[in-house]
Amino acid sequence: MARAMIKVPERLRRGEAFEIRTLIAHPMETGFRSKEGGGLVPRDIISRFVCRYNGEQVFAATLYPAITANPYIAFHTVATDSGVLEFSWTDDRGSTQTESVRIVVE
Amino acid sequence: MLAHAGGVLCLALVRGVHAARADMERAITEFSGGAPIAAGRVRLDVPELVENGNSVPVVVSVDGPVTPDRFVRRIAVFNEKNPQTHVAVFELGPRAGRVHVSTRMRMAESQAIVAVAELSDGTFWSDRVEVVVTLAACLE
Repeated sequence: MARAMIKVPERLRRGEAFEIRTLIAHPMETGFRSKEGGGLVPRDIISRFVCRYNGEQVFAATLYPAITANPYIAFHTVATDSGVLEFSWTDDRGSTQTESVRIVVE
Repeated sequence: MLAHAGGVLCLALVRGVHAARADMERAITEFSGGAPIAAGRVRLDVPELVENGNSVPVVVSVDGPVTPDRFVRRIAVFNEKNPQTHVAVFELGPRAGRVHVSTRMRMAESQAIVAVAELSDGTFWSDRVEVVVTLAACLE
């Protein structure tokens, strides 16, 4: 499991738009780099990111090799109810890492 | 010698300026499905002068309230001269609250970056920034 970092405000007011900042440790190998001695370093990137809020998708991204190593994505959503934000990162081989955080909406 | 070994990994793909521009235009047309794209509404914030192409902050935003019937569906970011024209496609929607997405990208060389937003009314809007890179990313 790669190390993932998720930052959200601890307490939220209902109806408030808030920022969610995410980062995951990953080389994001472009597949365009040549190896010493010939050939290319095989592509290995996280190509899909999804955020669900109490089960419903609120944000997603398709990523390409131009995104940096340790991809950082920050976005917003509206605080509707207390519950769980679930984040998933999927790589080219289809393996997915999922993390979740609880949020409190007052 | 070590510095030289690093240089070997950075061999650049040579591609003409016109070909690169045409590739980006093609990718943008594909994204909009051929619908017209006007300048405005979406804002692309990228530094105009970048010292290190390995990590360039990119922010795309659309001002104004997000409501169940007025929202941003998608925002795509394209580049002109990296080996691939796509950078990222963000899927938003009525629950975005505020349309303001940040990420970081690699830039192989000085080039144009374009953001295109698809709104819920089916219109497409764009913004473009010319970026000068002094130290390129090792993309190839």
